[in-house]
Amino acid sequence: MKLSLKFTTLLAPIFALIVAFGLSTLMLYLIGEDPFETFKIMFEYGKSGKSIISILNRSVPLYISAVAVAVGFKMGLFNIGVESQYLMGSLLSAALGAAVALPSILHISLIIFVAVLSSALWAAIAGYLKVKKGVHEVISTIMLNYIGTGLIAYLLANIFFEKVELSTTAPQTDLLPESARIPSLNNFLGIEDLPNLHGFIIGAVLVGILYYWIVWKTSLGFDLRATGSSPLAAKFSGANPARLTILAMMISGGFAGLVGMAPLTGYFYKYTTDFPSGLGFAGITVALLGRNHPVGMALGAILLSFLERSAQILDLYDVPKEIEKIMQAVIVLSVVVAYEVVKRYVTNKQIKEASRVVSND
Amino acid sequence: MTLAIDLSKISKSFPGVKANDDINLKIKEGTIHAIVGENGAGKSTLMKILYGMLKQDTGSINIFEKEVNFSSPKDAITEGIGMVHQHFMLADNLSVLESIILGMDKASLKVLNKSKYRDEINEITKKYSMPLNTESMIDELGVGEKQRVEIIKVLFRGAKILILDEPTAVLVPQEVKELFTNLRNLKESGVTIIFISHKLDEVLEIADEISVMRGGKHIDTVESSSVSKTELAEMMIGQNLPTPPKREKNNLQEKALVVSNLNAMEVNGRRAFSDINFSINKGEVVGIAGVEGNGQRELAEAILGVFPVEEGDIFLGENKINNLNTRNRREQGLSFIPEDRQSQGLLMDVSLSENVILGKQSSTKYKTKFNNIKFSQASVNANIVIENFDVRTPGNETLPLALSGGNQQKFVVGREIENKPSLLIASQPTRGIDIGAQSLIWNKLRDARDEGLGVLLISADLDELIGLSDRIFVIYQGNIVKDLDPEDATPEILGSYMTGLKT
Repeated sequence: MKLSLKFTTLLAPIFALIVAFGLSTLMLYLIGEDPFETFKIMFEYGKSGKSIISILNRSVPLYISAVAVAVGFKMGLFNIGVESQYLMGSLLSAALGAAVALPSILHISLIIFVAVLSSALWAAIAGYLKVKKGVHEVISTIMLNYIGTGLIAYLLANIFFEKVELSTTAPQTDLLPESARIPSLNNFLGIEDLPNLHGFIIGAVLVGILYYWIVWKTSLGFDLRATGSSPLAAKFSGANPARLTILAMMISGGFAGLVGMAPLTGYFYKYTTDFPSGLGFAGITVALLGRNHPVGMALGAILLSFLERSAQILDLYDVPKEIEKIMQAVIVLSVVVAYEVVKRYVTNKQIKEASRVVSND
Repeated sequence: MTLAIDLSKISKSFPGVKANDDINLKIKEGTIHAIVGENGAGKSTLMKILYGMLKQDTGSINIFEKEVNFSSPKDAITEGIGMVHQHFMLADNLSVLESIILGMDKASLKVLNKSKYRDEINEITKKYSMPLNTESMIDELGVGEKQRVEIIKVLFRGAKILILDEPTAVLVPQEVKELFTNLRNLKESGVTIIFISHKLDEVLEIADEISVMRGGKHIDTVESSSVSKTELAEMMIGQNLPTPPKREKNNLQEKALVVSNLNAMEVNGRRAFSDINFSINKGEVVGIAGVEGNGQRELAEAILGVFPVEEGDIFLGENKINNLNTRNRREQGLSFIPEDRQSQGLLMDVSLSENVILGKQSSTKYKTKFNNIKFSQASVNANIVIENFDVRTPGNETLPLALSGGNQQKFVVGREIENKPSLLIASQPTRGIDIGAQSLIWNKLRDARDEGLGVLLISADLDELIGLSDRIFVIYQGNIVKDLDPEDATPEILGSYMTGLKT
């Protein structure tokens, strides 16, 4: 029975993808485009070597952001504030990283440490407000996003940015020295004539493993999941809700701190006003898509990155590339619905089996 | 005389339970008809079917000699059936008038014609002599008045048949008297009343006819003038009285729990309990009797460490545990069966084998050498609990939500006593479960007691308290007012201390 249960859970995303592609086909057909031709163009473009590297590079921060959101979800906490948490961590670690000179390993570790710590502390504010003042975390994290964005803009323009003669340059931190940059994997993997594959992709894999280990293997993770499932039962079992809330927010924020590490140490090497933003919100989508599962979210991040990348070619063929955004949303909705359907199916099946056991004696 | 209600061959099953089994019930118009039975006898299922909240598997319903088919309470209301639930469904920030007309009109932008409604309501309150000030706010009203609002609300919607679900459970004796006067007036005006209760004295006083239910079956319907309380009780309970068998007392002198001078306040500043002093020896069951809301829940939670104590000491064995958190207290040998298994005792959407860890997250037996949770051991222990406590389940991967209440409860009890704790707090350990599961739990609790477990038993089932306990304390308004030997206790004696009639 365990096998068949796992099997049905696996059916959900497949079923969802079929529905999503069906709906997308219909949509393309309605706007007068040839759906199959469009999919073919997207697929052909998306599977080129250049595209694959771009997709993987995009997936890394997206995935880590999803993990950050998922930690909260597992405990029933909505951390909407990953956005300002990772931006805060990126700015502070970029500023500090540019200011010190250290051997490479230490330098990179210091940057990561500062990013994780500052993001975690920024997230802890929401946890503290919930525990001590009863402020719902959705409200506080949204407000902290506004405050954070303003604070970051101020810090960047007035503290970390030394205006030189060039008044046309946007505010930015100093460039990270070579020792603070994570090398690409191209040499290591023997990839030639292609764009750089960020070294931090290994970091993303480690994040996934760490997330799985914390949530499913440790007793802290058990308390988190128990609280997410039934706060009262968890409390009576000895879990401390206040401590857990603050811890969960800090772990979530800590993961958020890693979101900006790939762009920062991989190709931006500085924090500027056009540092990638919006990843915190995109992470919510990916967490939903991957059902908070470490592998599911990885597939989700790659799928969304693939759609984003492959849609870029559509302009050349006069297909409105906004279709990609619609496809994304349709996929997420289908997945959510499909999982709900499967969950009810499994529940009903379990109830039937259980009552069969009872009536058999 | 016409029949207000004629139920024939009603059956309804839930997973693992036949809640209603071939029920035939006739209720005459303009009478007060009581339905009595123990928890789990199938009374509320039957009423939910009659009120359109549940659909019967088989059987037919006739209302005023017309066959009906309800798919929602709305249909039942249209046919003149109204229900007053045990827990009031009123919003504190509305006036009496607003509460009564709430949901009557379709939501629209038309201005509410309150004065028209006010006149109509006043007419009804006059007709049935149930005085109510339509302008009072709900939160200003006492419990009895709130109930009156609920009754008027139902009558205002044209109810000819009134279902009252345990209406006296929340009332003090004075209010009960008033309610009965009102009910008699309603009967005089031709309203049919179904009165659900398990308080036999009240039923005998107010009802014309009494139907007894047991184990999902309709046992009999009798005229209240021709039956005695003992006869009723026997019908309700059946041949073999489900009271736990008495056993010899243990004579262990070692203390399992000492509570001294314990005081606590609720968040709203009300006193939860004061100056609580008692001790429980190893191998002793100490029962706490009390009407719900008299501090027993807070006391249990204070010992567990989830309810803050103002002053006083708690010793588990020799160790003072005041300053320990719940987890540490559990590590020291404290176990807890919460009163609501579904929201407090189980993770309903997580497998049984993970549920067995709940409360023992820090136990070394569930630890790997890297200090992680050892799920393989959890699976083994879940099977032990399932085996020893006869939990009827397809396996340990099943989710608790798939199991019947009795099996859920057996699992919770099994988990809590499986690792030989030194003290068990058992709150309503057999509430709302079938008789088979109940007697199994009683036996297991007794066995554990004989092996030296100290038990603090909190129960609303007075027979259970008397049968299981070695000593009984009565708690009233946060104070322990009486210490009784179960040999001398009867439900009546306990009841009079619990309600403050005797001190």
